[in-house]
Amino acid sequence: MANIIDDATIEYVGILAKLELSDEEKEQAKKDMGSMLDYIDKLGELDTTGIEPMSHVFPVQNVFREDVVTNGDESEKTLRNAPEQKDNMFVVPKTV
Amino acid sequence: MDILSYTAVELAKAIKEGKTTAVEAMQAVLDRIEEKEQTINAYVTVDREKALKKAAAVQQKIEAGELAGPLAGVPVAIKDNMCTEGMLTTCSSKILNNFIPTFSAEAVLNLEKAGAVLIGKTNMDEFAMGSTTETSAYGVTRNPRNTEHVPGGSSGGSAAAVAAEECFFALGSDTGGSIRQPASFCGVVGMKPTYGTVSRYGLIAYGSSLDQIGPLTKDVTDCATVLEILASHDSKDSTSVERQDTDFTSALKRDVKGMRIGIPRDYFGEGLDPEVKDAVLSAAKVLKEQGAIVEEFDLSLVEYAIPTYYTIAAAEASSNLERFDGIKYGYRTQEFAGLHNMYKKTRSEGFGAEVKRRIMLGSFVLSSGYYDAYYLKALRVKALIKKAFNDAFAKYDVILGPVAPTTAPRLGKSLSDPIKMYLGDIYTISVNLAGLPGISIPCGTDSKGLPIGLQLIGDCFCEKKLIQTAYTFEQSRKGE
Amino acid sequence: MAKQYETVIGLEVHVELATKTKIFCGCSTAFGGAPNTHTCPVCTGMPGTLPVLNKQVLEYAVAVGLATNCEITRYCKFDRKNYFYPDNPQNYQISQLYLPICRNGHVDIETKDGVKAIGIHEIHMEEDAGKLIHDEWEDVSLVDFNRSGVPLIEIVSEPDMRSAEEVIAYLEKLRMTIQYLGVSDCKLNEGSMRADVNLSVREVGATEFGIRTEMKNLNSFRSIAHAIENERERQIDLLEAGQKVIQETRRWDENKEYSYAMRSKEDAQDYRYFPDPDLVPVQITDEFLEEIRAKQPEFRPEKMQRYKEEYDIPDYDIDIITGSKHMADLFEATVAICNQPKKVSNWLMGETLRLLKEKDMDPEDIRFSPDHLAGLINLTEQKVINSTVAKEVFEEIFETDIDPEQYVEEKGLKTVNDEGALRKTVEEVIAANPQSVEDYRNGKEKAIGFLVGQTMKAMKGKADPASVNKLLKELL
Repeated sequence: MANIIDDATIEYVGILAKLELSDEEKEQAKKDMGSMLDYIDKLGELDTTGIEPMSHVFPVQNVFREDVVTNGDESEKTLRNAPEQKDNMFVVPKTV
Repeated sequence: MDILSYTAVELAKAIKEGKTTAVEAMQAVLDRIEEKEQTINAYVTVDREKALKKAAAVQQKIEAGELAGPLAGVPVAIKDNMCTEGMLTTCSSKILNNFIPTFSAEAVLNLEKAGAVLIGKTNMDEFAMGSTTETSAYGVTRNPRNTEHVPGGSSGGSAAAVAAEECFFALGSDTGGSIRQPASFCGVVGMKPTYGTVSRYGLIAYGSSLDQIGPLTKDVTDCATVLEILASHDSKDSTSVERQDTDFTSALKRDVKGMRIGIPRDYFGEGLDPEVKDAVLSAAKVLKEQGAIVEEFDLSLVEYAIPTYYTIAAAEASSNLERFDGIKYGYRTQEFAGLHNMYKKTRSEGFGAEVKRRIMLGSFVLSSGYYDAYYLKALRVKALIKKAFNDAFAKYDVILGPVAPTTAPRLGKSLSDPIKMYLGDIYTISVNLAGLPGISIPCGTDSKGLPIGLQLIGDCFCEKKLIQTAYTFEQSRKGE
Repeated sequence: MAKQYETVIGLEVHVELATKTKIFCGCSTAFGGAPNTHTCPVCTGMPGTLPVLNKQVLEYAVAVGLATNCEITRYCKFDRKNYFYPDNPQNYQISQLYLPICRNGHVDIETKDGVKAIGIHEIHMEEDAGKLIHDEWEDVSLVDFNRSGVPLIEIVSEPDMRSAEEVIAYLEKLRMTIQYLGVSDCKLNEGSMRADVNLSVREVGATEFGIRTEMKNLNSFRSIAHAIENERERQIDLLEAGQKVIQETRRWDENKEYSYAMRSKEDAQDYRYFPDPDLVPVQITDEFLEEIRAKQPEFRPEKMQRYKEEYDIPDYDIDIITGSKHMADLFEATVAICNQPKKVSNWLMGETLRLLKEKDMDPEDIRFSPDHLAGLINLTEQKVINSTVAKEVFEEIFETDIDPEQYVEEKGLKTVNDEGALRKTVEEVIAANPQSVEDYRNGKEKAIGFLVGQTMKAMKGKADPASVNKLLKELL
């Protein structure tokens, strides 16, 4: 396997993705990510010099909305699915 | 005639003619669900009461002459990654185990406007990541053609529901083959339209640049009819395309004379099951006999589509799925120490293994130092793949090939080796990368009696050629 | 000899744009409002929702770019900036990294050392976050998404500033330019303009930059100046002690006049930017650009020059009046009606500023119409009311924008020009104040002032003091 994913990388990606893996899952993730990256490395075989990265398949451009208020008070709907709410706001663990 | 064996279009006609009613049709479907769900498990949610009430309301409108469309009164199943106002929408994930949207997806609204009646929500691979419907948090769905086998995925519940006559048609979504492959495995028709044809508003995103909603139906006529109703320009979706040519039913003609059909040699190499190969090539022969010009050609770059796809889809998914954090909706872990622990526990408990695998990969390929090497590289290869298709469509109207290398695998055989599982997507994935329309139609069965699908791929905005070709093939087979 | 240090400062300035709706949905941007009342599925990150760009945001961003001499990126895109925080409903912010709308601009600032150009590295469009409120009773925070999705531009300067004075001058210049464009009210205290300070120090003469820190939570010019001074000293102390400055984000606490590092293991600062697949690119056409260019207003320096040439008013007045686009507009509109620049200026410089100060308001908050100020000036010119009454009427205009003519009529405030009535009152005042009359006749000129005052009082202010004065002298 060309790509060796170490513990530090898994730990780091876990911080980015906000995932906490068990030791067993970590081992599996190291293996899976390594083999996926080996597979993705296949793309290196292709010469893509001068090729523009294509994020959209069609040249659709300039899609806008007009600056007109269309929404009223939807706070009840906004909060309807909240796991916890208080005073019309979402409750979260203390941030400071 | 058994009401359940009607196609969607036949049912709507029968209702209009007063031979049956929307309520009778719904009741028949609900009875069928009652009978079949123990084994099939095609649905995550069925709301019997609401479905019957809605069917009665639609029936009234039909009788009053307010609803006369080709789907008026027809019960429909919706994949559980499309928002349905007031109805649980889970993406087959624990993390959305209690999420009830406050709005409906544009595609669902379009169907409702046309008088289709929502039965419930179908099972899928969690967040549409998978090709077997085994990664659902709500149990596996079984293939109605052989319940020891998977229905395919990720729209496995939708395909199974159509095949088991637990609905008259269904909506699926296709990011890398998720409509076409289960359609193929379950022996129904499934179509992924050109990117931008059906609004993505209300479709819970997996890979935003690849996702597209489409129909799973009993035949090509239903497919064209449903697509005609789904397709709309939606100002809420910036990637929605304004099209004038969405009268897809006008292409339901039995005529392929002069249709140029290309068969990519690259789709028939190593890994393709011989039985699938034979069935697909005989289908090509049928079309040739009907007057199509059939040729073999080299598409090229086929083996690069999977790594390109998994890089792009995983990257987009890692970002799209960040919003599931236990704050605004969905599952939140019970005990936690502080904000970041809450995030991590919620997400780790809420997401299944395959979803976590792709989020980790996607976060990694976008992370500092790797973005160029992986993500941008994949976008460049995507441009090359798009060009390969452009070249092909300069010569051919339609590309013909298999949908998947094999027929439906047995349950429990696929998830252990991700790369091997991903290889199953090899014929469907590049269609999404290039934004093309693709259709899967039944073209036979293997020696175990499992359905085989034929895939037709068209150039962007050329669904009509696909429909015409597929319809011709379907009609030609009827006599067999 | 002690080493000499130079401070190198670059600014990231966030400006909330004065659009009616949010950047990607049709929710109102109105300030205030009960929590989560200006929200919808899009700006709260509900699953399945998609953004659509508000065209006005693009127009405003381009307008600021043109006003700050930037190159406009003709093909620009939006990117996602990924980080988890509860005020960020999608846990990614839609922003621009790879192809920002404006690049390579500059603005000229003036300090005691003369004119200096401050480079603008780029301006990009992005969405604002929601607001976190810390619960007083429980150990939790609360999220309000009203502000989530309000459009922002971020103006990133080059590290061209060397002192707090230059930083303040630069911010003033940006604020004035943006206010003149009508693109934002740029209020630091309300958060519609926010500045993050990137600061490093180096020995004088060094060519390389030192390691910088980023300072956040600066809500006033005062705290910006304090934070710069404090951070400069902190970094110099570190270097003098042989330690290194760590590249980090620090949060300023204005009460403690102290900053602290916002470090956390969970905050990797790796934003995984990539083009947002839900938004399509923006292609700026020549026509669009010309349209925006044609709408560029006369900016402050040109306006000051023109005032000097057109109006005979003091430089100090010009400075104050043009210091607020709104006040300058009011000035010009009023002059256009009554053609009395000096009088208009006097009302603005005098009573208007006094009332603003008294009520702790900004010139931008002035609500009265030029018609009514012009009407008031006409009333005084025609001596329909005297200056004391005029001030009273002006307060009403300032408060509720009343029509002065109607008001004066209804309240019966017109100066009494009836010679008989006036003479009768003056005679009564003379009769009632023999001592003052005596004093005046004995050469105490001042005594007449008292008599005028008594007459005005008796007339309930509705007399012309000059006429009273004249009549008194005549009768005495």
